[in-house]
Amino acid sequence: MAASSASEYIKHHLGNLTYGQLPAGYERSCHGHEETLSDATWTFACNAQEASDMGFAAIHVDSMAWSGGLGILMCLLFWLMARKASAGTPSGMLNFVEMIIEFVDSQVRDSFHGKSKLIAPLSLVIFCWVFLMNLMDLIPVDVVPMTFQWIMTTFFGWTAHEAYFRIVPTTDPNITLSMSICVFFLVIFYSIKVKGVGGFLGELSFKPFEAGSTVGKILLLPINLMLETISLLSKPVSLGLRLFGNMYAGEFVFILVAGMMGTWQAIAAWPWAVFHILVITLQAFIFMVLTIVYLSMAVEEH
Amino acid sequence: MNINATLIGQAIWFILFVAFCMKFVWPPISRALDERKQKIAEGLSAADRAERDLELAQEKASANLKDAKDKAAEIIEQANKRANQIVEEAKDQARVEGERLIAKAQSEIDQEINRAREELRKEVSALALSGAEQVLAREVNRDSHKQLLDDLAAQL
Repeated sequence: MAASSASEYIKHHLGNLTYGQLPAGYERSCHGHEETLSDATWTFACNAQEASDMGFAAIHVDSMAWSGGLGILMCLLFWLMARKASAGTPSGMLNFVEMIIEFVDSQVRDSFHGKSKLIAPLSLVIFCWVFLMNLMDLIPVDVVPMTFQWIMTTFFGWTAHEAYFRIVPTTDPNITLSMSICVFFLVIFYSIKVKGVGGFLGELSFKPFEAGSTVGKILLLPINLMLETISLLSKPVSLGLRLFGNMYAGEFVFILVAGMMGTWQAIAAWPWAVFHILVITLQAFIFMVLTIVYLSMAVEEH
Repeated sequence: MNINATLIGQAIWFILFVAFCMKFVWPPISRALDERKQKIAEGLSAADRAERDLELAQEKASANLKDAKDKAAEIIEQANKRANQIVEEAKDQARVEGERLIAKAQSEIDQEINRAREELRKEVSALALSGAEQVLAREVNRDSHKQLLDDLAAQL
């Protein structure tokens, strides 16, 4: 086992494989020897401190690879089924894909009353992709990271402690916030598209407190603007953090159980995993529904 | 839990996947679903139509059957009537023929009787004449009493 104590074990499991730039003059202790960097260097962070010192110029390779890989898998499956789709009798996997698509379609029709070619496929991608990423939570916590650790220590000369690896992308706030920020931009785009720049700004400025006279409007403007801006900005933040928080907490329990019980973790992890099936589906569903709701709010007049 | 460029990387993935699904996944599948919906609706209405057609055909068939039965009954009735008629006619003919035969026989009998009577009369008159001849042989001149004898013979 890589970590000597439970707390280190947990910390190690919560670290991402980070590739980024370390500034010149940075003192690091890596791969068993110490050095001072003469130039700014792009490299893998070998501990949590380095990862945070890299600042924004860093990327979580594990999160990116797993989210991208799962997304590509999903698109590939959908694409194969889309080529097979016809008005005839569907079979096997196509049935399943059609079921998902009809489900997403009914959700979109229920909530979103505008016309858009984007919303339905967007919801489909969000639901399925988030679900797949969440699903990685059900793989026993040590299986993939230990394999990765073994490969890196055996073939690349890393020490075990430096090999960070997380396979659940949605436990990385970057991933969830990135998606919610994309949704946020779409909300703003649709608001402006439907209501115009004036309408959008007007909604921010003259609601929720309305006044009949011009003077009243100007007086109420600061408080309106503040309230509306906060409510607008809270949408992507709550959307991203809700998913992140749920998945992070879930994974944390798995790690805790694994850290305490070692080989016997299945006894406690199995019931939690069964319960977690509900959570991962629900969170994917909530992310999708809230996206649809936010976008339908954007295109509808209040 | 550092916020870093992963934010941008994930956004790129996201946009790529959404664009892909928007272009290559959603339209063909939803089109196929719509087409199938329409096909099923058409199939159902065709089934309804067929059911209605069947009902009509059954109605027509039972009407035809009823017609045929009525006609058959009519024909049988007519045949019975005709048979009765024929029997009656035959009876009538037979009666007429019988009566005719009877009448004919009767007339023949009558003729026979008359002829027999005639012959008998002649024989009796001849017999009486010969008797009278013998009785009156000497006294009566046949020629002078011929008138008297003829009247006698006529009275027999």
